[in-house]
Amino acid sequence: MSLRIVVCVKYVPDATGDRHFADDLTVDRDDVDGLLSELDEYAVEQALQIAEEADGAEITVLTVGPEDAKDALRKALSMGADKAVHVEDDDLHGTDVMGTSLVLAKAIEKTGYDVVLCGMASTDGVMGVLPAILAERLGVPQVTLLSEVSVEEGTVKGRRDGDTASEWLEAALPAVVSVTDQSGEARYPSFKGIMAAKKKPVESLDLSDLGIEAEEVGLEGAWSAVDSAAERPARTAGTIVKDEGEGGKQLAEYLAGQKFI
Amino acid sequence: MAEVLVYVDHVDGAVRKPTLELLTLARRIGEPIAVALGSGAEATAATLAEHGAVKILTADAPEFADYLVVPKVDALQAAYEAASAGGSLAAVLVPSSAEGKEIAARLAVRIGSGIITDAVDLEAGDGGPVATQSAFAAAFTTRSRVSKGTPVVTVKPNSAPVEAAPAAGAVEALNVVFGEKATGTKVVSRTPRESTGRPELTEAAIVVSGGRGVNGAENFSVIEALADSLGAAVGASRAAVDAGWYPHSHQVGQTGKSVSPQLYIASGISGAIQHRAGMQTSKTIVAVNKDPEAPIFDLVDYGVVGDLFEVVPQLTDEIKARKG
Repeated sequence: MSLRIVVCVKYVPDATGDRHFADDLTVDRDDVDGLLSELDEYAVEQALQIAEEADGAEITVLTVGPEDAKDALRKALSMGADKAVHVEDDDLHGTDVMGTSLVLAKAIEKTGYDVVLCGMASTDGVMGVLPAILAERLGVPQVTLLSEVSVEEGTVKGRRDGDTASEWLEAALPAVVSVTDQSGEARYPSFKGIMAAKKKPVESLDLSDLGIEAEEVGLEGAWSAVDSAAERPARTAGTIVKDEGEGGKQLAEYLAGQKFI
Repeated sequence: MAEVLVYVDHVDGAVRKPTLELLTLARRIGEPIAVALGSGAEATAATLAEHGAVKILTADAPEFADYLVVPKVDALQAAYEAASAGGSLAAVLVPSSAEGKEIAARLAVRIGSGIITDAVDLEAGDGGPVATQSAFAAAFTTRSRVSKGTPVVTVKPNSAPVEAAPAAGAVEALNVVFGEKATGTKVVSRTPRESTGRPELTEAAIVVSGGRGVNGAENFSVIEALADSLGAAVGASRAAVDAGWYPHSHQVGQTGKSVSPQLYIASGISGAIQHRAGMQTSKTIVAVNKDPEAPIFDLVDYGVVGDLFEVVPQLTDEIKARKG
């Protein structure tokens, strides 16, 4: 039987743009161009590599988000994923990680899976906890933050580089896997891939398709709330000197004045 | 008085500094009850009591080391249930390490509570604890709270001072029954990171980082020498790490570590958004870069436009001379 891989991806505001909050304190997604989260490209790449090694595999990319989020799916399809699932519903606006993970878990179960692949974090919220929550919700092993990953004979193996040690992990499928930006550079879509992606199926689902009530998601259904957001005051302009041969000594003088030496 | 559960990050009984900072924050909300798991758990008690823990719940079992994350979630949940039986549990605080965040998140789902990650400050509020967070590469500061269940909050290193606050620190054994999912992910082998003898990057008071301008692995000795003269940790930009010049565990930035030291010295780092995200909350920022247009100079308190191979060794020598 072919290996079913579901890659969870997120459509995020470009980190190089002027990101800010909307009036309701959710992430503003209108004024900054969106794209497939860079960190999710690593997950798509590892899915493609696992599929290449497998004796038959099918890669589904899954996202939860507004209409524009289709761009993220198209990018993943053009990299080589086989099909896409887009969960879109007006009631999803403002959903927190708990609601998003609920929606993803239901959509993953509906799609069917052996491996769920995620990036290490999104580049907008940057919580980095969604894969662990998905594993909890799906009741399958969590094999997360891998810098190296392989799937063989129903087992996922990988290396997790932690703060104090590197660990080799192993779990039986099905499992939730997340990969870091150290797992291997993501490929660029080829022209052929971009053309092929236009013909690949994108299934649209809404909350009722997944048996989720509107109250369980959205800003009202969130389990945490942002009360205020303020732009960090610009740092006051510092002193800049040009090194004329004494730059290091001048810097030492400054550091001594600040009591660092 | 309300109680606050504090998850203890320790290595064989040696409590890591962020946990002591957590105790400072916990005391603003209630009486800290510490939860220490694994080898050396009981040895944490004296330090934790000295910093305000009224009680220390401990458990040790091979599962904590042999399987990933879930056994610790089972144990923290047992501690949560024991502590909340009294009816006055105000929050669960966990250090914002990669593992800490995963433990906290899974606990939050299980107990039906909201979660806030990577708080940089925490104070008591009318509707429960209020957390301060940095957003969008630290361009914004938000204040948030959990609106459902017992707040679960993970807190970044360097978010509060370590304060002595002697408390009873009674040690109690925590009874943990592991669920069937606890052994799902086996840790087949573990290679401890070699100690550099320098402070931990996220905990250090001073961080000295090198970037593309360092131009080679062998040249990082210039950065290390400056770090050692100041007793600092060494960081690296993504460009330097991607080039293979310095280990990824030292990467500062969006996809690496986020640091907030008293002093951050950037050498040969242009200051792209990816890097700024990990360091711009530092108290004092200093940069050396040969490009006067480098964006890093927009952030600095003091900057030197010049060749780092001239400026940094001169700085190192001057520091050594001044320190005698």
